[in-house]
Amino acid sequence: MHASAPSELLVYTIGLFVAVLLTATSFWAANTTLLWPGGVFLGLAVLAIAQMGIHLVFFLHITSGPESTNNVLALAFGVLIVIVVIAGTMWIVADMNTNMMMPSGAPMSMRMQH
Amino acid sequence: MNLLGKLDWNAIPLHEPIIMGATGFMVLVVVVVLGFITAKGAWLYLWHEWLTSVDHKRIGAMYCILALVMMLRGFSDAIMIRSQQALAAGGAQGYLPPEHFNQIFSAHGTIMILFMAMPFVVGLMNFAVPLQLGVRDVAFPTLNSVSFWLTASGALLVNISLAVGEFSKATWWGYPPLSEMQYSPGVGVDYYLWSLQISGIGTLLAGINFVTTILKLRAPGMSYMRMPVFCWTALAANLLIVAAFPVLTATLAMLALDRYLGFHFFSLEGQGNQMLYSNLFWVWGHPEVYILILPAFGVFSEVMATFSGKPLFGYRSMVAATMTICILSFLVWLHHFFTMGASANVNGFFGVMSMIIALPTGAKVFNWLFTMYGGRVRFSVPVLWSIGFMVTFVIGGMTGVLLAVPPADFQLHNSVFLVAHFHNVAIGGVVFGVMAGYNYWFPKAFGFKLDERWGKASFWCWLVGFYVAFMPLYVLGLMGMTRRMQHYDNLSWQPWLIAAAFGTAIILVGVVCQVVQLVVSIRNREELRDVTGDPWNGRTLEWATASPPPAWNFAFQPKVAGLDAFWSSKSRAQATKDEPTPTRKYEPVEMPKNSATGFVTAFFAVVIGFALIWHIWWLAIVGVFGAFMTLLAFSFRRHNEIEVPAEEVARFVRSHQAGVAA
Repeated sequence: MHASAPSELLVYTIGLFVAVLLTATSFWAANTTLLWPGGVFLGLAVLAIAQMGIHLVFFLHITSGPESTNNVLALAFGVLIVIVVIAGTMWIVADMNTNMMMPSGAPMSMRMQH
Repeated sequence: MNLLGKLDWNAIPLHEPIIMGATGFMVLVVVVVLGFITAKGAWLYLWHEWLTSVDHKRIGAMYCILALVMMLRGFSDAIMIRSQQALAAGGAQGYLPPEHFNQIFSAHGTIMILFMAMPFVVGLMNFAVPLQLGVRDVAFPTLNSVSFWLTASGALLVNISLAVGEFSKATWWGYPPLSEMQYSPGVGVDYYLWSLQISGIGTLLAGINFVTTILKLRAPGMSYMRMPVFCWTALAANLLIVAAFPVLTATLAMLALDRYLGFHFFSLEGQGNQMLYSNLFWVWGHPEVYILILPAFGVFSEVMATFSGKPLFGYRSMVAATMTICILSFLVWLHHFFTMGASANVNGFFGVMSMIIALPTGAKVFNWLFTMYGGRVRFSVPVLWSIGFMVTFVIGGMTGVLLAVPPADFQLHNSVFLVAHFHNVAIGGVVFGVMAGYNYWFPKAFGFKLDERWGKASFWCWLVGFYVAFMPLYVLGLMGMTRRMQHYDNLSWQPWLIAAAFGTAIILVGVVCQVVQLVVSIRNREELRDVTGDPWNGRTLEWATASPPPAWNFAFQPKVAGLDAFWSSKSRAQATKDEPTPTRKYEPVEMPKNSATGFVTAFFAVVIGFALIWHIWWLAIVGVFGAFMTLLAFSFRRHNEIEVPAEEVARFVRSHQAGVAA
């Protein structure tokens, strides 16, 4: 390891500190009345994604260096699949939900005609 | 509280002669095998050399043996389905009552996909990938053993369901609400759930192991673009395993929560959503198809290049096609439920994506054809399987593109046309692929070739039998016959179904030929012996070592300077034949130590599964505790490796060279 590189203990300590900070902030944001409630959901999502980033960088040591190309590619593949699955599922199930919704009050025969 | 949960003597179907006959036969085979081992005094040998082995070649062979045994089981289910449908027309009811027939087609699908095709494909990868990469073992050898034994545990649970209780009647994908407690109160769905969960964890671990092996352990000089195509397809398949299997595990876990703890993920009441189950199941299910077929494509690539005596045509396009399929396979899953009620936009998108997958696959077919073109093709058994594959798979692929058109799918879905299509690609693709791989790598694994004549007989019976068995189903599908019928009234279907049953009988002859091929080959092993380690004039590194390879695979780690590493080293050796070979100093080899961890963990996994199926809660706790303690004991192990002395390595190389020279 380079002499200039921060020691492992320091990296983990910083990581722990930031992770705790983000966790505490989310708990605070969830309970506070100071913020506009509609924004809290978005804020929590941002904090959660930041949390994942902190874990990846400080604990799982994902860097942009050439030695972690494999890890970065694997991460990119995983993220791609997760997005495809979640977005696809939401699209499909929401579409079926609207498609199969019976017009309220309409008798069954109305549905059969078209 | 009942100490044995739901289990009592009524669980054994004593009044069902067919089931009891099959059970009796199964018990007889097990007793004969165990008796044979005892008579030969082979228990210690078996335990030390096979059951606790962490050698990737042994584990690969055990995967393939498991697959072959389960193929016999799944195929006997197929014979029963086809014979029942040939008989049960009009007034005749056939010989299988509906509840038994439903179990048979559910077991047939589950076994053939998850306990035949999967172990076979994983077994071939296990055997060939480290050898092709020029390394001594996989990244995590003991984990590999755990993976295999968990898969075997799942298979064991499926077989136990034959004798104790029943198997699922809710098809191999177990759609709710039919698979919910309300409509399937028996233990069948629970057998299905836990056998898939246990073997699924095993498969996931194998996937992690192989991705790591291929990315991290390669012989010096073997860059990604110098890897054999089989390694590329294995990488793609294992990436798919890692990405897709957690979805299956989570989906089945939700179904288990519904069934065991009264949750409402997929139930009819309590705002459950059954459509979400179909959606999630096929998020796994479609990549699963490619997990099976991609390694088969890899086998065909190796076989075609080797037996044509030419480098593979279009290596780069083959790699690109493989990785494209790897990504696209995650974008088509809705085509398994076009008719569930999505709008035209959604169906259209997934229909187009499904058709696009045909492009990289088509590119592959042309690559194989151009590999053969101008080559001196030896029509050996693996080549026959590969050519049979190309013809059959293209037909199956085209009916697949037809089914990818949503309006056509509305007509054909749930009919036997669909059954014909997926057997067309599953048999014509996966089964032909694993058979080609089995014949191709057998001499490497066991040191002698398989008999050619019986192999060819088997191939022709399978090929002809396949067409006779499944082409009628295309016709029947267009005539409107739906799948899974225990009985039907339309007498005009019967002749076609009798033809299909006849085709199954021809396949049966093919299966018998395979068994005979194995027996004859073992008997004539001295004449079929492969002393050179290179029986087919191979191109990749697995042929650079002895057959069977020593536990350490290679005395010296190979250095790779290009594609087809072994071929180029052979050409070089030819050019420098007269120069004296430099004497090399052998070094001791560090090998991973055998471990009973996999076997013992899997034993407890069976205990856990069986206990959960029958609601024997205390036994499940014992099983979890046992499995946990086993893993704990493993993690505190002090000595992980044994050293093979340099003298032993040198002695092996000398005796191999003496054999080659003789």
